[in-house]
Amino acid sequence: MVTFVKNKSLIMEAILEPWPWYVCGPLIAATMFLLLYFGKEFGMSSNLRTMCSMAGAGRKVKFFDFDWKAQRWNLTVVIGAVIGGFIAVHFLSNPVDIDLNPTTVASLEAFGWDNVGKSLVPPEIYSGDALGSIKGIAILLIGGFLVGFGTRYAGGCTSGHAISGISNLQIPSFIAVIGFFIGGLIMTHFLIPLIFG
Amino acid sequence: MKYLKFLLVGIFFGIVMVKSEAVSWYRIYEMFRFEAFHMYGIIGSAVVLGIIIVAYIKKNHMKSIEGKEILFNPKDRSWPRYILGGTIFGFGWALAGACPGPMYVLFGTGVYSILIVIGGALLGTYVYGLLRDKLPH
Repeated sequence: MVTFVKNKSLIMEAILEPWPWYVCGPLIAATMFLLLYFGKEFGMSSNLRTMCSMAGAGRKVKFFDFDWKAQRWNLTVVIGAVIGGFIAVHFLSNPVDIDLNPTTVASLEAFGWDNVGKSLVPPEIYSGDALGSIKGIAILLIGGFLVGFGTRYAGGCTSGHAISGISNLQIPSFIAVIGFFIGGLIMTHFLIPLIFG
Repeated sequence: MKYLKFLLVGIFFGIVMVKSEAVSWYRIYEMFRFEAFHMYGIIGSAVVLGIIIVAYIKKNHMKSIEGKEILFNPKDRSWPRYILGGTIFGFGWALAGACPGPMYVLFGTGVYSILIVIGGALLGTYVYGLLRDKLPH
């Protein structure tokens, strides 16, 4: 009994810590499997198109003129994802810093950033202070715009192409992921230093 | 009730996204600088297991919960849309540090300014719909 309680608390401790990649990767594959088993597919970005359609975009643009109600299952996944984020932060996490590579941290400190890795997202981009300037708002708005435009143009995002598409050995998904990296590398190595440096 | 299973999958996904730190801007930045294995390990192990799962489903003609055979839609065979769209997506992913799943998860964690990113993403999706016929696919 004592060992059982001890093991149980050890498991709880492990859950409260960040989970290693070899736990998370298979759990993401499990998410994909569950959605396939439920007769659907794993792809988060199509929700953006559904929301445009819900808002009435189909009256003006044919691309949004479809039966969005058939996508309610995926919107339900979105609501779940919000709840999951809340649960993970409030009930399943000890406050710990993100274990970033010191070189990564140093490169951000060179921009004058503080408290690197002490929260999920950098206060320099996401805090109320950061939103006090037009530049701060523009960064988030443009970042979102590029994600939304690019993902629909490419026909999928990280879940639809990198996970679902490559799992199904789709060449187009490999090409899309190469694109993700071309864009991400240019942004990280050339543009981010210009924007924040 | 029909939707409960999707709500639960969403909750599960949201928890995994936070606990893996895949929702962290810092982790995406670190990934694109090739300074940690973490994100590559997550995506790589998900894909390896995913390939096995999809092959297993196809080989065994596995049926869904509704009793229909699970089928996969092949992606359109072309390349301009994937390389161009993918590159544009990559710019946004690295800048905002969030892709279309983690956006919603971050809202749940209390990062309310992510609503601006979501708003931008909706606008981007809408503009794509407007320009669709003029873009190379």
